[in-house]
Amino acid sequence: MMLNRKKTGQAPRLASLVALTAAAALALTACGGGGGGTGGGTSPAAGGDQKITFIPKQLNNPYTDVVLGGGKKGATEAGFASSQVVGPLEASASSQVSFINAETQAGTNVIVIAANDPDAVCTALGEARSAGAKIVAFDSDANPDCRDVFISQVVAKDVALIQTKLISEQIGGSGEIAILSATANATNQNEWIKFMEEELKSNPDYKDIKLVAKVYGDDDDTKSFQEAQGLMQAHPNLKGIISPTTVGIAATARYLSTSAYKGKVALTGLGLPNEMRPFVKDGTVKEFALWDPAQLGYIAAFAGKALTDGKITGAPGDKFTAGELGDRTVEEGGLVIVGPPTVFNTENIDKYDF
Amino acid sequence: MSSALDNRKTGTTTAGAGRSRGALASLLRLRELPVLIALALLVLITYLNNPLFLSPQGVKDLLLNATIIMILAAGQTLLIITRNIDLSVGSMLGLVAFGTGSLFAAMPDLPIIAVLAIGMAFGALLGTFNGLLVTVAKVPALVITLGTLYVFRGLNNAWAGGKQYFAGDRPDAFGALSVDTVLGFPIITLLAIAVVIAVAVYMSGTRPGRDLYAIGSDPEAAKVFGIKVSKRVFLAFLANGALAGLAGVLYASRFNSVGATTGAGMELDVVAAAVVGGVAIFGGSGSVAGAALGALLLTTITSSLTALRVDKFWQQAIVGILILVAIIIDRVASLRTAKKLRISEARNV
Repeated sequence: MMLNRKKTGQAPRLASLVALTAAAALALTACGGGGGGTGGGTSPAAGGDQKITFIPKQLNNPYTDVVLGGGKKGATEAGFASSQVVGPLEASASSQVSFINAETQAGTNVIVIAANDPDAVCTALGEARSAGAKIVAFDSDANPDCRDVFISQVVAKDVALIQTKLISEQIGGSGEIAILSATANATNQNEWIKFMEEELKSNPDYKDIKLVAKVYGDDDDTKSFQEAQGLMQAHPNLKGIISPTTVGIAATARYLSTSAYKGKVALTGLGLPNEMRPFVKDGTVKEFALWDPAQLGYIAAFAGKALTDGKITGAPGDKFTAGELGDRTVEEGGLVIVGPPTVFNTENIDKYDF
Repeated sequence: MSSALDNRKTGTTTAGAGRSRGALASLLRLRELPVLIALALLVLITYLNNPLFLSPQGVKDLLLNATIIMILAAGQTLLIITRNIDLSVGSMLGLVAFGTGSLFAAMPDLPIIAVLAIGMAFGALLGTFNGLLVTVAKVPALVITLGTLYVFRGLNNAWAGGKQYFAGDRPDAFGALSVDTVLGFPIITLLAIAVVIAVAVYMSGTRPGRDLYAIGSDPEAAKVFGIKVSKRVFLAFLANGALAGLAGVLYASRFNSVGATTGAGMELDVVAAAVVGGVAIFGGSGSVAGAALGALLLTTITSSLTALRVDKFWQQAIVGILILVAIIIDRVASLRTAKKLRISEARNV
């Protein structure tokens, strides 16, 4: 039989190969789907062949690398057979779709995604879900209709409030401030900015602080740098800048530290300790905040495991154990909170390495 | 017929006045002039609305913003004049910038001059690759360098991964290159101006430099005339690579981080600067000084629109309009030259 086929030439052999691969893929997907659907209450060992894939906003981003480092660790500890990272090199709205499609075809059990655009990825995620995959959004949320849970760094409002508090302390409670953000349509940054604006309006402590500009550096070093310059020229009375993005705060810090504005204009926001260390030490930046990004990936992996084992469905009140970080509860809207943000300054920055 | 003769007669009698008028006319014909006027107007209008624009810090920022694009535009001009183009400059810059970061991380005590030399050599190596492909394979530079744009970027992604080097990882003296000023000019800007002058002298004052124009005007005629077309074009690619390397090292001096995406998308800014500066995209005419002014104009527009608090989304549209205006001016100028040539040749008959 085999010999006969070989003699008839390449095409039929290729066809049989394709058929075989397709059959294998189907069988695998079926297995994965079944495991996910009926696995309620079974031990983690039952899902020995489960696969988890992380799709960050973009690859080769230092912050993302720390998040994914925690994710890999969490995936191993949670009991996934394999974990991998795929994603675009550019953080644009549509760039993640093809990667999601590929994961759907590969029959991945859990897709963990940081959405570049909450809606652009929706259709693709919907297809993945109907093929049996569980969707965990982390870092930046997808539309709640297209994912099971969202692992949030911290309560969005807390992130916003700590930044307004820090800037208010640093400029002495009055004066003009500006925000230098990532892209104009970044989900998480826009949510924080919304809360910051509300807080500045409603809190009597901040009545003398005026938000005069919001600019966008697109998470690009060069662009953020020039936006910082522009802010200084357009607003000569500027007392402080909030940059709720790690690229933006570092670029702004670099500009301030090399310009005449060093020490005169306060800067705070969300930054990576390793990136901000020289600027904290030379006095450009007094204090800034961030959570531990590794915990974000770590908890996302455990949430994915709990979902695919059927232990949780993403409904409010669901509880799962996230390894060494202890129990986490799913809140309203499928939200899972990692923990409170940390404030970094000259005294504690050397204790952190990420 | 008679009026033409009259004209000639008056032309010879008032030779002195004619010469000075001729000097003025040739000044007016300068392709750099419209760019210079646009730049002056832009700076003036912005300054009147926001005096901070020309504060010492403001001027320093304007110059610093233009520096890297200026060097890249000088290199690009060498190529565009020969009817070639290099789209891989952003990727080359990224590779060299990341290489500079790695170099300092490995050997923090390396003298800065050595780093500059290594960076330029690295860039020249990448340029050699482009040059060989274009001259040996005889495939249009547009296609070759579009390919190497992705090849170099891919290498950078593979090499850097998520690794980034920050300003804090590099010696302070290196970062100071783009902070300290001499007579109000940042050191790296002075370096860029020196590069532009050197390339400009080479282009207008030497035989190989003039050859580049001949190649761009008519490659076939240049070959028949005995110009070593392949060699000249190859060397232009090499020089452009070395300049991209220099720009890469300076990028690492000026900006905070260098990593996998450093310099992405820069090639279009560079080509735009050259075109706006009056370098004809089909070769044969233009100058390095014009391209440098074009770079200064484009980066100044960005700063001035921000200083005027104009929505930044308008910036790209304005840059686009400038490119169109530059091309129209180019077209009108070449039509007028053609007409003049026809008239003067008709006279000789």
